[in-house]
Amino acid sequence: MNTSASLPGTGYALRKALSKTTLRTAVLIICFVWTLPSLGLFISSFRPENDIRASGWWTVLETPFEFTQWTLANYEKVITANGLGQTFINSLIVTIPATVIPITIAAFAAYAFAWMDFWGRDVFFALIVGLIVMPLQMALIPVLRLYTSSGLNGTFLGIWLAHTGFGLPLAVYLLYNFIAQLPRDLIEAAKVDGASHFQIFTGIVLRLSTPAVASFAVFQFLWVWNDLLVALVFLGTSPSASTMTARLSELVGSRGQDWHLLTSGAFLSMVVPLVVFFALQRYFVRGILAGSVKE
Amino acid sequence: MARVFYENVTKAWGDVIGVNNLTLEIPDKEFLVLVGPSGCGKSTALRCLAGLEEITKGNIWIGDRIVNDVPPKDRDIAMVFQSYALYPHMTVYDNMAFGLKLRKTPKDEIERRVQEAAKILGITQLLDRKPKQMSGGQRQRVALGRAIVRDPAVFLFDEPLSNLDAKLRVQTRAEISKLHQRLGTTFIYVTHDQVEALTMADRIAVLRDGVLQQVNTPQHLYDHPGNVFVAGFIGSPAMNFFSGTITGTLEEMYVDSGGVRIRLPQNEVEQLGAENIGREVIFGVRPEDIHHPQYIPAGVKEQLIEATVDVTELMGNEIFVYLLTEKEESFIARVDPRAHLRPGDKVKMAFNSEKVHIFDKATEKMLATPKGTESAA
Repeated sequence: MNTSASLPGTGYALRKALSKTTLRTAVLIICFVWTLPSLGLFISSFRPENDIRASGWWTVLETPFEFTQWTLANYEKVITANGLGQTFINSLIVTIPATVIPITIAAFAAYAFAWMDFWGRDVFFALIVGLIVMPLQMALIPVLRLYTSSGLNGTFLGIWLAHTGFGLPLAVYLLYNFIAQLPRDLIEAAKVDGASHFQIFTGIVLRLSTPAVASFAVFQFLWVWNDLLVALVFLGTSPSASTMTARLSELVGSRGQDWHLLTSGAFLSMVVPLVVFFALQRYFVRGILAGSVKE
Repeated sequence: MARVFYENVTKAWGDVIGVNNLTLEIPDKEFLVLVGPSGCGKSTALRCLAGLEEITKGNIWIGDRIVNDVPPKDRDIAMVFQSYALYPHMTVYDNMAFGLKLRKTPKDEIERRVQEAAKILGITQLLDRKPKQMSGGQRQRVALGRAIVRDPAVFLFDEPLSNLDAKLRVQTRAEISKLHQRLGTTFIYVTHDQVEALTMADRIAVLRDGVLQQVNTPQHLYDHPGNVFVAGFIGSPAMNFFSGTITGTLEEMYVDSGGVRIRLPQNEVEQLGAENIGREVIFGVRPEDIHHPQYIPAGVKEQLIEATVDVTELMGNEIFVYLLTEKEESFIARVDPRAHLRPGDKVKMAFNSEKVHIFDKATEKMLATPKGTESAA
């Protein structure tokens, strides 16, 4: 065999090195542009109110070690603001069930769509997945009217149900894709072994679907935690029930006059999602890759 | 312990027919192998029996009950899959115990059965491992173990050796045979590999396009294939076929393809009778019934046929010779390794005239079959 013909020459090596450099530069630029606003926000959150109004955040970079320009006042104000602690707890009360409920329902549904034979299966699946394209804004008013008449308005149950409804189509779709790709033999072996559908689901499918479940859990958690619109509509702004996002938007004031508070508030509210993300991160990566490579 | 009976079973998906009117009785304790090319419906037949597919028509009996509407878990069967289908998140022990746990077997009973099965299969030291930490052969043993612990009435095997390498396959083949002797349970085994079928089966059922072709013992199937398909499928290298006619008289009858002309022995003349003289036939001769003229085994009534060597393949203990007759009909002979044959050589090959299989050309059904080793004994 003549292998020299296929050996990469110097031209190839050069091109490879060049393309690597180009690639890296491009990635660096994208990362920089992408994180710049967050960085600006982060720096601003440590600047006094008047400085923020007077000059851009980048001006601090000229004299970073001049400590008079740094302050924790914004954080202090936000933390001690009326009822923020309560809204933090409210956010948790809203977010955790609003993550767990849709995932539980979606996992059952995905298994049924993937492995059970029932009348109208394909039609139902198409219907549910088709709802992904429904903008949730369209549903707000009808649902709100329904809630008002049934007394669910302003209750946690109401917002759990709302988030469940809005989250289900995507959850069913994602989990279905994963669960349907589990080896058929495995499900059948369990059937022959004597497992019912419920036992197959809890004993085997659920255990093997951890990556998909975890990655969707992260998505849903972040979405619900950061949600302002749905929370405002269904919970309102009463301190006892409103979420952190709603309270923060109030702090800023109706004309945005206190927006320096938003900077620190944003970083405070980011803490929980970051913890969740890093806790589930290893599943998250696997979940995105799920099914792309045969084991 | 149970017999299995397929009674006019048909499985169809719309217009696609998987199994076509299959009637097959498998007595208790038999090792039956379902064999056929891929897509012949053998796996479908097995899956119908397992309850993983619903049948379209007919009845399936296990023991003395019809199981058409019985779910897999209540059919008292265990199945070994080609892909092993081990539960990846469970240890070997839990894999084997899973079915027993679902049946609410007492803990000490589970422990006893798993340990016993592990001992039979020699996997006691693997009980704490997860499937991904084991080799293919070990996984297949665990899959066997998972079936054994259940102590089912019928064992089903769906190409269990296909994913193993050649050496391991031979070894596991022997182990499954031993297992059958030891357990004395009905085994139904699906494979596309006729060697597996011949070596393991009590009886072989050959399927093609969902239709049962022939069921019999391996030896009978080999000696007396009922049609051209079975004749070509069982045996390796495959039987040589020639297209020709029956000529001559009741006193001196021949099959003649132009390049190959063989005088038929008395017993085949009797099977054919006068009415078949002139009929167009396909006749077959197995490669091992064609010899090199210098190395003809004793007792063979040979018919010398002129041929040209095309290719030779030395297998060590024998040579496969690819030849062409004067009419360019190709055939293969398995000859003595001492035979010196080179491509291009002209040689008079010795056909064993008592080993000619004759089939009708139109129906491909058997018309006359040679005396077999069974009938001779």
